[in-house]
Amino acid sequence: MQVNEEFVPTIVAFCCNWCSYAGADLSGTNRLPYPANVKIIRVPCSCRVNPTFILRAFQRGADGVIICGCHPGDCHYTTGNYYTRRRMTLLFSMLDYLGIERARTRVEWVSAAEGQKFAETMRSFVKDVTALGPNRRLEDLRCRKD
Amino acid sequence: MQERLKARARELLGDGVVTRVLGWKKGEFSYDITPAVFESAEELERDFVFDGFCGANLSKYLIQEASKPGKGKILVFLKPCDSYSYGELLKEHRIAKENVYAVGIPCEGMADADRIRARGIDGILGIEHEGEDFLVHTLYGDERVSVKEALAERCLSCKSKRHASCDELIGEEGEDVPDDVRFTEVARLEAMTPEERFEFWRGELSRCVRCNACRNVCPACSCENCVFDNPASGISQKAAADPFEENMYHIIRAFHVAGRCTDCGECSRVCPEHIPLHLLNRKFIKDIDELYGAYRAGESEDGKNPLVSYTEGDVEPSVVNERGRA
Amino acid sequence: MQKIGVFVCHCGTNIAATVDVKAVVDALAKEPSVVFAADYPYMCSESGQNLIKDAIREHELTGVVICSCSPRMHEVTFRRAAASAGLNPYLVEVANIREQCSWIHKDKAEATEKAIILGRAAIAKALLNAPLIAGESPVTKRALVIGGGIAGIQTALDIAEAGFPVDIVEQKPTIGGKMAQIDKTFPTLDCSACILTPKMVECAQNENIRIFSYSEVESVSGFVGSFTVKIRKKARYVDEVKCTGCGLCTEKCPVKNVPNEFNLGFDNRRAVYIPFAQAIPKIAVIDPDRCNMLKNGKCGLCSRVCEAGAINYKQTDEIVEEHYGAIVAATGYEISDVTRYGEYAYTESKDVITSLEFERLTNAAGPTGGVLLRPSDGKHPHTIVFIQCVGSRCVLEKGKPYCSKICCMYTAKHAMLTREKYPDTEVYVFYIDVRTPGKNFDEFYRRAAEEFGVHYIKGAVGKIVPRADGTLDVQAADLIMDEQLRISADLVVLAAAIEPSKTARKLATMLTASMDTNDFFTEAHPKLRPVESPTAGIFLSGVCQGPKDIPETVSQAGACAAKVIGLLSKNKLTGNPCVAHSDELMCNGCSSCANVCPYGAITYLDKEFRMPDRTTKVRRVASVNPAVCQGCGACTVACPSGAMDLSGFSNSQIMAEVDAICR
Repeated sequence: MQVNEEFVPTIVAFCCNWCSYAGADLSGTNRLPYPANVKIIRVPCSCRVNPTFILRAFQRGADGVIICGCHPGDCHYTTGNYYTRRRMTLLFSMLDYLGIERARTRVEWVSAAEGQKFAETMRSFVKDVTALGPNRRLEDLRCRKD
Repeated sequence: MQERLKARARELLGDGVVTRVLGWKKGEFSYDITPAVFESAEELERDFVFDGFCGANLSKYLIQEASKPGKGKILVFLKPCDSYSYGELLKEHRIAKENVYAVGIPCEGMADADRIRARGIDGILGIEHEGEDFLVHTLYGDERVSVKEALAERCLSCKSKRHASCDELIGEEGEDVPDDVRFTEVARLEAMTPEERFEFWRGELSRCVRCNACRNVCPACSCENCVFDNPASGISQKAAADPFEENMYHIIRAFHVAGRCTDCGECSRVCPEHIPLHLLNRKFIKDIDELYGAYRAGESEDGKNPLVSYTEGDVEPSVVNERGRA
Repeated sequence: MQKIGVFVCHCGTNIAATVDVKAVVDALAKEPSVVFAADYPYMCSESGQNLIKDAIREHELTGVVICSCSPRMHEVTFRRAAASAGLNPYLVEVANIREQCSWIHKDKAEATEKAIILGRAAIAKALLNAPLIAGESPVTKRALVIGGGIAGIQTALDIAEAGFPVDIVEQKPTIGGKMAQIDKTFPTLDCSACILTPKMVECAQNENIRIFSYSEVESVSGFVGSFTVKIRKKARYVDEVKCTGCGLCTEKCPVKNVPNEFNLGFDNRRAVYIPFAQAIPKIAVIDPDRCNMLKNGKCGLCSRVCEAGAINYKQTDEIVEEHYGAIVAATGYEISDVTRYGEYAYTESKDVITSLEFERLTNAAGPTGGVLLRPSDGKHPHTIVFIQCVGSRCVLEKGKPYCSKICCMYTAKHAMLTREKYPDTEVYVFYIDVRTPGKNFDEFYRRAAEEFGVHYIKGAVGKIVPRADGTLDVQAADLIMDEQLRISADLVVLAAAIEPSKTARKLATMLTASMDTNDFFTEAHPKLRPVESPTAGIFLSGVCQGPKDIPETVSQAGACAAKVIGLLSKNKLTGNPCVAHSDELMCNGCSSCANVCPYGAITYLDKEFRMPDRTTKVRRVASVNPAVCQGCGACTVACPSGAMDLSGFSNSQIMAEVDAICR
């Protein structure tokens, strides 16, 4: 067992094009750092995120999945994030019910103006997932890298 | 009751109201009742069965049977819980209502043949309700089993004796049954530690052989083409090759029916591995009831399911964490 | 066989300083299907774009991946470049290695590794891109302006001048809005009515403008270029065509005690009335809540005196359906409720008034004929206290967090005019800050303070107590002198916060236009697209978008009109091809998708399918109108069978990105 090698989780962040992706861009413009293991996937709206994408990420080796969208009420498409909110609440509850660690999934509302919040959110999410260690409960052994 | 149903079916066939009858007949074993379509009074007389083993929910068969052009109306017998599945399918435009004559029938709960056989009762020939007991006819004579000890799990936690969306009723209309025991098992699992829950579900889901029986029987799983069979979906799988795929299949299946599942319990009934699949669906139902207000899928043919509606004040997904810590 | 070209931008040193660009090129060149990989200091420059175009032609690329700044910045640039080289623009993917990589990471090895992964994800997505062709939809060359205040009037006039027909829908019986109630305008002090009423008349006379006064928008459907709007023309009980506006009915009507809205209740009107002398249209309207004839069938006097025979007690609301290519929201503002601030005793004393009420009391056409008299006893006030920021810049629940923007200047105007006309009157202004950022604004304020001797006191009024002698005991703090003040005032004027019209929220829902938490309409971009709503075809004019004064409103109204004219001058609109589509073979027709679609873009068809056994079967299947769909993707997740997918962000593409990232 290697003692010195720190666990660096793989994090997939789904960001809606209009608010959170722009918020992520703003944290870049303002040079607000967050860990490099966060990789962003741009989606038009948080409501585009299918639960299968989240499970797929865990299958392929993600240790945490975060979904970011416009604040409720500010959706570019008016109502998209309201559906996201229900879907993800129920999905996360189900994952918890199956004994999957709660802190591996998260939904955050980040506006285009919240570069600071985006960076802070990513830092805190990475911290939480790092504390959990590698995803073992929802991984596909065939996809294991180590 | 069997004779009453037969008589009414004969009448409706004779009057030309319907051309076919969707009901039950005996399968390989007498406790192995299977759905069947009857086209004549003779067929009805010979094969139609209604007894304590008629758990099968007939609603799903209507998707095919009611869409046969030029075949006229089909009569279907719906127990209260089946009528909700029927209502949900009507709401989703899956059944041509004009081709169906739905007859609601009373139900005092269906027996679980495995529970009866576990009591050493073999050579089962038939079953009847008799007061507080089931009277089981066997090759070796009649046996008496109390209803409580023979009922299927889903009937022990029956949600309603009241029908939805029927054209006619046989017998008195029943009432809703309070949800006092329906969620007990879900709550028990919720109270466990995540590790215990993980072990529990791994133990259950690892038995899945991906026979697809749950999917095939489920009235809500009535897609023209299932995502798991469609290579373009990116998640198609023929067999669960890995614990992940077992989880994936059951999570997504439960998610796809969430808000639409009427808790008919057919998934668990047909599972050859006895995986308590209904506990996944019931978890969603419990969450929906608790978070978005009591909702019963299939109760009404209009309105929106909880997953395709919202309120501005809905709880945030972080409620999952908060609930756990309380 | 796909041929992908990868182009890595240095962005000067913005990317290259933190990301080893050459290493990214080398790594991505090894990816399957990549046939060309290069780097360049500025991909967005002309020579950078030429590099892309040349490679597309030379290597017959089937897809392009550009690792550069955010796609929100230059995706359009690169798509255009690809299109000009003959590649479908939607075969271009951008990996964001600046905002989401080089700018947030310091460690070069770490940033380079991440850039490679982001590049791989973009390649994985690009491999699944399909050439998309944007659909076209027609443009109805008519605009609707909702709201007939100065914002709506100016927008309508400018659109009409450009030759396009415009309809104005105004809920009140006349256009004119708040500006019609104002006495003078700052900082020029010209008479508000004198500059507004000619514009109102112009609206009435312009052949391209129709005015639906006393009307409301009932419903809106459709999309940019082809909206269908139902307008409710409320029953006036007066025939619009026959009425000559002579006003005889309004003089004879026996119901004399109806508070006059136009004068904010300082005087009364009749049950049949014309809001003010210069009203456009100048047509009488009967107030159904007050008219005896309509209430109990007893009277009919107006009908008897009307020589034109215009009175029609049987008139009912009429719903008119019209088609428009563009819709302008110009719903303006209201004065917020000052009764919430009990400390100012607004409800207890008639002599505590709002600034708009002050306008009516100083207006020559107002209830006092322009002589400033106290509402309580009609006497001339000798001490007047103006209180700024009543409800504005207020963090409390009852107030508004924003600055109402116009109050500092109109208060300076009020104070100055008062001192000019009544030099014997002492005028005090309590303020938090005096904000004068406008042309000639600060000069104006300084004149008020310095030349006209208005007492400006930085501080807050804590309490106003009406005294038995009719004066008001104003208890305040002077923050600069650090002392408590008590002023015995005859009149107190509250600069109440302005708030969006209460009808705006309902309208926003109909228009699917977004709003902020204060109910101001949200602009498509706060800096770069200030007069457009994020919803295509919906434009914003005036205070409905945020507080502004008259000159600002007029210039915004003009800008808004320019945008509308730009839209209406097109014969066809090119849509966004990244829209949803349904696979009919898999669709269950269950309506889940239509239930979540915010645009009503999904309809159902009964479609005949040939079955394997040569029979046919009719099934209900979803059909997406690509011109209406905005591409949010809500339907794709609602669909249990996976029949619904989104072009440009397909299920397989997103999963390919996931796979590439987690690889």
